[in-house]
Amino acid sequence: MIVENDGAASVLLSRAPARGEVMAEIVTQLAPFRTDDAQIIRGATVISKDLAIDSLAVMDMVMELEDRFDVSIPMNTVAEIQTVDELADTILTLAARR
Amino acid sequence: MGLFDRHAGLLDAYRDVRTTGADPFQIRMERVLSPTEAIINGKKCLTVGTNNYFGLTFDPSCMQAAIDAINAEGTGTTGSRIANGSYSEHVALEHEIADFYGKKHCMVFTTGYQANLGVISTLVGPEDFLLIDADSHASIYDACKQTQAEVVRFKHNDPASLEARLRRLGDKPGNRLVVLEGIYSMLGDSAPLKEFIEVCKKYGAYVLVDEAHSLGALGDHGRGLCESAGVLDDCHFIVGTFSKTLGAIGGYCVSNDPDFDILRVTTRAYMFTASLPPSIVASVRQALRVVRSRGTELRNQLWDNVHTLYDGLVAQGFKLGPEYGPVVGVHLPDRMTAIGFWRAMLDAGIYVNVAVPPATPNGVSLLRCSLCAVHTKDQLQHMIEVMTGIGRQMGVIGPQLKVAGGGR
Repeated sequence: MIVENDGAASVLLSRAPARGEVMAEIVTQLAPFRTDDAQIIRGATVISKDLAIDSLAVMDMVMELEDRFDVSIPMNTVAEIQTVDELADTILTLAARR
Repeated sequence: MGLFDRHAGLLDAYRDVRTTGADPFQIRMERVLSPTEAIINGKKCLTVGTNNYFGLTFDPSCMQAAIDAINAEGTGTTGSRIANGSYSEHVALEHEIADFYGKKHCMVFTTGYQANLGVISTLVGPEDFLLIDADSHASIYDACKQTQAEVVRFKHNDPASLEARLRRLGDKPGNRLVVLEGIYSMLGDSAPLKEFIEVCKKYGAYVLVDEAHSLGALGDHGRGLCESAGVLDDCHFIVGTFSKTLGAIGGYCVSNDPDFDILRVTTRAYMFTASLPPSIVASVRQALRVVRSRGTELRNQLWDNVHTLYDGLVAQGFKLGPEYGPVVGVHLPDRMTAIGFWRAMLDAGIYVNVAVPPATPNGVSLLRCSLCAVHTKDQLQHMIEVMTGIGRQMGVIGPQLKVAGGGR
């Protein structure tokens, strides 16, 4: 069986996404990990410190974002990302290079 | 900040676990009696969590081979094969494993962990790409930290997710190495290997399969998933361990690549650690002979036991891993329920593993059972009864819930 080609994603995303679109998706993905101290997720939110999320869940969330925006973020890059802004910038940079 | 402050969160979780009165991560086997029984807390317990799939730890021929080897060549090699040389038996073992797979080359390592760590981190380097399954074993994740290749993770057992990531790499130069496992150690599920291989062929990626939990258990000759899926020739590298079906310790990697042996002078996990002692090499060689001569019989016994436990637990309403296999993962709602359930089973004289986040995928909490060819039907029926009782007491399963037979 040949695995179904996911060409649909590349058609949908033939244009680079807007920053607001990427931020909105990140906020949606991170919503389940909000804490009492960090009810609102901002650009400056430090993902691993301000939110109740472990490193494995961060990597799982990144996989969802990768498929949503049709980019791959290497694990070593993920390890260096601290804030929501940095994550959005990484996705936008990779998407622009596509 | 103190050295241990960063572990504060984990310490809290660990304290919770220990308040139950028994620490599942420091359990003491006071005396191991057989492949299926041990004295724990002064009591004889049934062991259903030791990865001893063929029960060969107490095989008389394997034990005798180890004793003879100690008498002949002493207790240890006291050095690495690069510095101190190989014993004839190391080389013989490598030939025998290569022959078992019908591959040209084999390298033996001191542990299975080191085999994955060393081979994976060395095969790919700068400018290369390493693609791993999200549920990969810690030894694979640690290889990712050691390699200079770019690491990309794909969704567990999802060939389409791998394909998307290979496609995104486009025409970037550099080798692609995809790492898969025959049987995943927590939930006991197998990779859809044939589908993965097709994707890898399409994109020219190399394939490495870790058969740690599938050696002996899968395939007509016990070679693992690569054999049962009919893709042995398409797997460029097969890694495995001596510490499960073969009943000792150590790891290996086989390949047909003509330049494979260069890894002996480039793989740090091979070069800078002492080689396996003569007794281990001897018992593993004998265990491999047992797998080759009595494998079919032991495999049938093992799978009979898999069906007994899996179907028995499903019939009582337990939620299990997605497919039959020698590892049976029982889902429990949360960490503390899993610990409590585990403790209650130990009190009842049954030892299994407990697996809780962060060691588990998707934050699941599990009782992890692993079956042995020499478990008896009576032992497993008893276990199902005990688990049913505890499950009802703890409200994990309904009092009269009956779910139709197992399967995916």
